[in-house]
This record gives sequence, C-alpha cells and structure tokens, in this order.
Amino acid sequence: MPNKNFEPRDQRIDDALDTSGVRHRATLKQEWPLLLLLLFVWGALWQDFSLGNMVFGVIIALLIVNLFPLPPVVLSGRINAWYCLKLFIWFLGQVFAASVHVAWLALVRGKRTRSAVIAVPLRTDSDLIVMTVGHVLTLIPGSFVIDVDRSSSTLYLHYIDIESPADVEKARAGIRDIERRLIMAIGSRDEYEAIKSECGPNFDARKG
Amino acid sequence: MLDIVIWICGIMLGLGAVACLVRVAKGPSILDRVLALDVMLLIISAALCLEMVLHKHTDYLLFVVAACMLGFIGSVTVSRFVSDQRNA
Amino acid sequence: MEIFLDVLVAVLLILGCLMSLIAGIGLLTFPDMLTRMHAATKPQVLGFLLIFAGLAIYLRSWAVVPVLVLAWGMQLLTAPVSAHMIGRSGYRTKHAAKETLFSDELSHVVNKVNGTPPTGTTPVSKTGSPDEQD
Repeated sequence: MPNKNFEPRDQRIDDALDTSGVRHRATLKQEWPLLLLLLFVWGALWQDFSLGNMVFGVIIALLIVNLFPLPPVVLSGRINAWYCLKLFIWFLGQVFAASVHVAWLALVRGKRTRSAVIAVPLRTDSDLIVMTVGHVLTLIPGSFVIDVDRSSSTLYLHYIDIESPADVEKARAGIRDIERRLIMAIGSRDEYEAIKSECGPNFDARKG
Repeated sequence: MLDIVIWICGIMLGLGAVACLVRVAKGPSILDRVLALDVMLLIISAALCLEMVLHKHTDYLLFVVAACMLGFIGSVTVSRFVSDQRNA
Repeated sequence: MEIFLDVLVAVLLILGCLMSLIAGIGLLTFPDMLTRMHAATKPQVLGFLLIFAGLAIYLRSWAVVPVLVLAWGMQLLTAPVSAHMIGRSGYRTKHAAKETLFSDELSHVVNKVNGTPPTGTTPVSKTGSPDEQD
C-alpha cells in the first residue's frame, strides 16, 4: 500500500505551498520572533550586545532567512506572560523531580524496570501545541515521543516505570495537564476559552 | 576547597564516561552506541565547563555550544541512516 | 557572602556531574534501548542547567550568561528532536526489545500501516539490521 505511506508527506507539502503551487514565503510579521532569536544567537556568540554589532546581526539574520527560506510557523497570536513564567517554573520543578525518579530507577530497579508505549489523544488540533507538548514531555525525563498521528493529534510516547493500568491512566492525565498549561500560556483564544470552561471556574487554583 | 570539588566531579565524570564506553562496546544495536556516544559528548562538554572553573577562563564556551550541535547532527544522521536501511 | 556563593558553586557542580554519572549508570543498567533513552535525557536538561549555573556564579560575571543561556537553549531545542528520531527508528526497526513493555498501544497502528498482520510476533526486517552480524 504505497499510497497510504505517502499521505503525511503530501500533507506537509500542502502546508508549504499555496493553492497555485507557489512556495509560501513568511512575511516579516510572521518572522520577527525568528529574527529576534537569530539576533540573540549572534550577540551571544560574540558576547557583545553593542549597537553596531546588533545592526550587523540584523543584516545577517535577514540574509539567512532570505537565503534559506522555511515555511512560516503559524503562531496562535496570543501569549500570556504570567502563565509562561508559571509553566517554566513548573517545568524546572518537574524536570528535577523526574530526574530524581529516573536516577532512583537506574540505581535501584535496573534491569527490572518496565515501561509502556501509550497513546495520548490531545484536545487541541493546532500543530504548534502538539509540537510543544511533545517537546516539553520529552525534555522531562521519563517520557519521550515515538510517533505522532497528526490527523487525530495523537501522541504515541514511551513512558518509563509503568506497571499497571492505573499507571497508564496517571501518565495520560499528566500529559493532558502539560497540554492544559501550554494552551493557557500560548494557545489560541478559542482553545483557552475551551480549557477554561472544561476545568471550571477555579481552573487557575488547581495545582499540578 | 575547590580542588576537592573538582576532583570529585572529575572522578564522577570519568566513571560516567567509562560506563558510556562499556555501552558503546556492548551495543547491541547501532542506536545504543549512538546514544552512548551522545552522552559521552555531553560528559566532554561538562568536563570543558569544569576546566573553565579550574583555570577561571571562558575560552571554551563556544566549544560547549558547538559540541551540543554536533551531538544533535550526529544522532539525527545515524537514525536517518538506520531507518533508510530498512526501507531500501 | 563569598563563602556562601563558593559552597553553592560546589553543590551545583557536584550535582551536575552526578547527573552525568547517573546517566552513565542508567545506560548500563536499563534493560532495553528505549528505556536507556530516558537515562540519556537527564544530563542534557538538568545536569547542564546545574553546571552552567555553577560556572556563571563561579566566574561572577553577567557577560557569560547569554552564551550559557544559548548553550542550554540549544540543548532544549535539539535534545527532543534527536530523542524522537532515535526512538522512532529504534521502534520501527525492532531494535528495541518489546518484552520489557508493559503495554503497547502503537504496535497495531504500525502493523496496519506496514501491512503486516497484527500478531504479537516480531516481524523480521527484510535486509536484517546492520548490527546483528557482529
């Protein structure tokens, strides 16, 4: 069944081209975060954030994005700095706890460690959120993404230390909690409202 | 006091590197070896940081950044190679 | 204050290096490749955060912070991608031992796409994996 295998690839090409088959070019409005990032890389590598160096950095960044164009990353257009900060601090705490857990497994359990491949259907249908959820959960030791089903926003991940169906449910709830936090930080307005109504009025007070 | 700290850290990094080497030798698959070499590269970057602490300079900072990019490109290349073998 | 910062540096460096050591031990003791991947992520995220923080505090310099943030940020951006690539090709090429898995909710999807019957047996790859010869 060769056709079935090529389906995702065609989808990807569709995203990069518009209806007439011309490649999408990102506009400056879509691209400014990337330019800012490249500028930061330039300044950090020179360890020099003076005005002259920055101007040269902008020129180099513009040169790079025009010589090596990529399909535009569609951001949701909404960002909440407070939830981003909360997400970051929660992420650091989570990384610390998970590191200790995996270290304990490595030292004590060793060969008897059991894990599972679990499917986590996400609520969102935005590529950006699916990608960031996968990214965050891979950075937290103990889980990483093996495969993604883009049409149904399902992540297939490998999760360590699973020994009962209850553990599977707990892991799945944890991933959906990451998704909730990410949508609250960078999700689009519709998704934000949906999460808010799903979790009730005191969704902010709930601790993960 | 710093000397003792550097010694402790150096011994831990050395043991970690030896463990990685054992995994590289044992395998059993090419992906295990890539993974172990990836960790080895991280240990080398950590050792560069320790050296900067010991001699109080910042000359190797860019090597640390470069080592991180190298590890990424290396493991992605090998895993592409492994999956292509299967499809061929 | 100086003494406090020095002790902090020592603790950060030792914890950071301990993460690398534990990653090495994890590489040795975990039973299969996919589980070993978890051990490898640890020094990348937490270990480097601790070591970089120790380095910046030890040098008492704000000038190195952007470079260290860049190095750590690069780790954060690239580590999941390479972990996913290795994990995916490991899963699909059956390099990964399946018997240590408690459950597997992906196998029937992969079997459907590949056209192999959804039995519990491990399909043998056509060419044989490159490392089985040695």
